Amino acid sequence: MKPFVYSRATEAAAAVRQVSNERSAKFIAGGTNLLDLMKSGVELPDRLVDIARLPLAEITALPQGGVRIGAMARNSTAANHPLVRERYPVLTQAFLAGATGQIRNMASVGGNLMQRTRCPYFYDPAMRCNKREPGSGCSAVEGFNRIHAVLGASEQCIAVHPSDMCVALAALDAVVRVQGPEGEREIPFDDFHRLPGDTPQQDTNLRHGELITAVDLPALPFAKRSHYLKVRDRASYEFALVSVAAVLDVSGGRVRDARVALGGVAHKPWRAREAEKILTGARANEETYRKAAEAALSGARAYKHNTFKIELAKRAIVRALSTAGGSGA
Amino acid sequence: MNQITKQKAHIVFTLNGEPVEVAFAPHKTLLEVLREDMGLMGTKHGCELGECGTCAVLVDGRSILSCLMLGLDAEDRAVETIEGMATADGPHPLQETFADTGAAQCGYCTPGFLLVAKELLAHNANPSRDEIREALSGNLCRCTGYIKIYEAVELAAAKMRGEEMTLPKESVYGYK
Repeated sequence: MKPFVYSRATEAAAAVRQVSNERSAKFIAGGTNLLDLMKSGVELPDRLVDIARLPLAEITALPQGGVRIGAMARNSTAANHPLVRERYPVLTQAFLAGATGQIRNMASVGGNLMQRTRCPYFYDPAMRCNKREPGSGCSAVEGFNRIHAVLGASEQCIAVHPSDMCVALAALDAVVRVQGPEGEREIPFDDFHRLPGDTPQQDTNLRHGELITAVDLPALPFAKRSHYLKVRDRASYEFALVSVAAVLDVSGGRVRDARVALGGVAHKPWRAREAEKILTGARANEETYRKAAEAALSGARAYKHNTFKIELAKRAIVRALSTAGGSGA
Repeated sequence: MNQITKQKAHIVFTLNGEPVEVAFAPHKTLLEVLREDMGLMGTKHGCELGECGTCAVLVDGRSILSCLMLGLDAEDRAVETIEGMATADGPHPLQETFADTGAAQCGYCTPGFLLVAKELLAHNANPSRDEIREALSGNLCRCTGYIKIYEAVELAAAKMRGEEMTLPKESVYGYK
């Protein structure tokens, strides 16, 4: 690993200042993604500001029925917190589908939001990659692209976002709270991560030096009826080929409201709003779920090795909705 | 924390129950500090990228991957490695049952498995096979096929609860 200057922050404002002042400074929390990127020579920070011991790990109930998860809460702690388990089962399921016990014990919630793609060409500095080295080209477009995007990609980049947690947060309309040199701001979840476009090097809309302090989950009483389905190449310890976070409000056999988000298919957690439109007000049955799945993938475009993902995503959506919807009572 | 330069950091932490002090290059992972600066070779270098679990150790009682944690992050925390698992009274029950069932073959993954299994049993004295499988899913073993490892954890859990449990004879190492 390339040597760096290290300091441990004891207050958020100082951490923000230290990173803002230096272009190649980075925050480090759990380190589970940043350290392996540093070992691979993909990330080469000159300064690390350790934020893991900032007092930002609390998980608290918000006045209107929501929950605030501190950015430094460990993935394992957040997954099993009673407020999360009771109010947002889809989030607990997503957390527990990700990585392994050891990594969840290390990884912070804020860091999970900042995970970079697991595209093998991004990880290999010997390959061309517009995300790692803007303008160098994309090795995945003409390469082995089985795990790559089918929605929202660009000619510049067809990488996918690797997080499970973020797919559930997208479905739950989470809000990311950040603190920067100019103060605090809130970023709606859908605006946090970016599509690649012509700037695939930018994963998020976070500005340099801005620190994630918490993730707010708004009240969503029907989130008790939710399901996270992850399809992957092996049963554990693997990133999603496709995943679905489904939250359904069903009564009297009809869908009153719905939230659907997809993982493993795009550069960001993909909110399937076309599917939600079809679901809302329709009968809670498989026919509806199939129509919703078709709508969600209507704009999909496959590459040489990932055509299967389109059909896989449709079937996963139907299965996740059927599970979340239960008997439709 | 003492002054840290690009060349050297100096920290204090608890290692296997005893306070220790160590100086090392700040970019070293906990895995490297344990092996290279403390001379404890029980924690293994595997994939180095958080994919195999053989470098797992316990920090404040929770399993983590020492290849993905900076040594600096151990400051003021309690680290337990495989070297701390046996006590003056003898091997830990998990170490005994791993030996009895032949749950170790080449042995390279064994320290990680033992520590993660110890963490599991500290929170769940009577885990189901599925709970064991889930807890150990981050540890890869290319020799045993896992079944003997699961049996060893079940057997150790029973021992630690003070219960008798016998394995099928063919599961016991050395049975003819």
